[in-house]
Amino acid sequence: MMGQLYSVGRNIEAKVMKFVSKALIVSLMGASLLAGAAHAATTDKKIALSNNYAGNSWRQAMLKSFESVGKKAVADKVVAKVDVFTTADRAVPTQAAQIQNLILQRYNAIVLNASSPSALNGAVRQACSAGIIVVSFDSIVTEPCAWRITVDYNAMGRQQVAELARLQPKGGNLLEIRGLAGTSTDAKIHGGITEGLKNYPQFKVVRSVTGDWDQTTAQKNISAVLPSLPPIVGVVSQGGDGYGAAQAFAAARKPRPTIMLGNRQDELAWWQQQKQDGYRTWSASISPGISSFAFWVAQQILDGKPVPKDITIPYLAFTQENFEAELKAIPKGGVASKDYTQAGAIAIITKK
Amino acid sequence: MEASAPRFGVAPLARTLLPAFSLALVLAAIATLNPFAISYMGFNLMLNLAIPIILATMAQLFVITGNDLDLSIGSFIGFVCCVAATWLTTDPLLGAGILLGSIIVYALLGALIHWRNLPSIVVTLGMSFVWQGLAVLVLPDPGGAAPEWLMTLMGFQPYFIPFPILAAIVVAAVTHFLLMGTSYGAILRASGGNAAAVARAGWSLLRIKMALFALAGLFGALSGLALIGITTSGDANIGSGYTLLAIAGVILGGGEFVGGRVSPIGAVMGALTLSLASSSLLTFMQVPPDWQVAANGAILIIVLAARALINRRKA
Repeated sequence: MMGQLYSVGRNIEAKVMKFVSKALIVSLMGASLLAGAAHAATTDKKIALSNNYAGNSWRQAMLKSFESVGKKAVADKVVAKVDVFTTADRAVPTQAAQIQNLILQRYNAIVLNASSPSALNGAVRQACSAGIIVVSFDSIVTEPCAWRITVDYNAMGRQQVAELARLQPKGGNLLEIRGLAGTSTDAKIHGGITEGLKNYPQFKVVRSVTGDWDQTTAQKNISAVLPSLPPIVGVVSQGGDGYGAAQAFAAARKPRPTIMLGNRQDELAWWQQQKQDGYRTWSASISPGISSFAFWVAQQILDGKPVPKDITIPYLAFTQENFEAELKAIPKGGVASKDYTQAGAIAIITKK
Repeated sequence: MEASAPRFGVAPLARTLLPAFSLALVLAAIATLNPFAISYMGFNLMLNLAIPIILATMAQLFVITGNDLDLSIGSFIGFVCCVAATWLTTDPLLGAGILLGSIIVYALLGALIHWRNLPSIVVTLGMSFVWQGLAVLVLPDPGGAAPEWLMTLMGFQPYFIPFPILAAIVVAAVTHFLLMGTSYGAILRASGGNAAAVARAGWSLLRIKMALFALAGLFGALSGLALIGITTSGDANIGSGYTLLAIAGVILGGGEFVGGRVSPIGAVMGALTLSLASSSLLTFMQVPPDWQVAANGAILIIVLAARALINRRKA
């Protein structure tokens, strides 16, 4: 009985809200035509970021990027409110509960870096049926009602091999550093590297170790296998592990191979040191600024713009020529990032 | 044994009332921060993930009743989720068989702990890796789908009372009856209080330990089923946080680590308080991002410390 009353009440409320918001939109449109602003439909919208882990430099930069772009959007009156939420543990149900609470906080859009591709689907569906826009990025969700923003990891893996072939045309033995086992990111980068190697048969991966995108883990695991390895000409990696690899080779007094780097400050600083005797390499990774891109995607959807459900954004790469300029901009212990502007995000969304 | 604590009187009363008091306090805070949350839909959203926590807390409660601790309940729940998202959907008979088998394994663990007089912490810590490994074997990549009937059940919307609250009342009533209302329940609790006396009275301690662990397995399996019904899809790491939450729920609900002193109704309220405090309250408080993780810990400590304070003053 109360349930019925409740739903009737909700219906009336929804109808009134619809009427009010329509009136509001019409009047705002009039106002914005006068003022010349272009964000009429989203000035009263609230956007939240749901994040499940903040314990490494990449995630920290990701949160900062979302916060700074969001703050500016609020100041510019593009949206009403932007908030960032991080769960206390990495457990999946904690993030599912967080999403349910964000529904209750009446956010209009939830931007999501998911702890599980599938196990948040229940909560995501609840958000969608409450009329909330859900945009997942980096670690995406499979629930069809959500938008998915990924980086072309496969292309990043292939390009690594191509760059390595340019730097080491004669080929030789390679060491591969893998990421966190069982994640889609690790599988995709590894897949790209494997595909790339088919085009360059002069290379041979003689050993692969797990680095977990972490310098210490990479150094430890490489040090353990180095004594048993034949001479290595190159190291293909996933980012966050290149500096550790360099340390392992130096400690074992092995000749320095061409190590593919991943845009971390310690990696680029090491590159700058090595550059003095003519060392050449390449660096690429996913930009933490992908969170700011996801923010603009949510804003565009709320604005009523057509946005495809799957969007791939390019990875961020640096070459011998331009890495030092970037290095100055990265905080110590941080990672290279690129905040997206609204115009920059729209260009990628509409490119298809 | 706390000889100084009176058996009747103020302290036991405070112990029963405290969980209700903490729960009311957290609810009042939520009502002030977000009045919209105190509604039918609000309780549904805030509390439906509390159902698996309540069931996990009950599983832990049975183990704690016998002076043991189960460090594997979280990964066991994860294993149940993975079985439910795969076999229980594609081959219900096989799935149900595996779940039944895993409850029997739980009972056998109880037997092993009693027979060799092993510390339960060590045995269950080992088992946590076994369950985790089996979960990864069953479901190597996150995915799978929960059985339709389970999702329908967890999405049930009764009139007037939100389903999570109804479920909490049913679980509290059933476990209270089992432990407090039956004579064998009294024996189970007594095995934690004075095992030697129970044995001298002719009861088999082996059978008691097996019963307690089988009950833990049963409620752990129910917790996993409830969880997968809500999330709709599985992940081998899904239950990792539940081990410690369940222990905290029992203690917050007025239970003691030793002596067979537990309170099923209190533990249900403890689990509700914990899940509200660690998620809803935190989200509604709008803590700055850099402080959120620490704030979550602080809320838990405050909620649990209140119990210790009141206990000490009354005792």
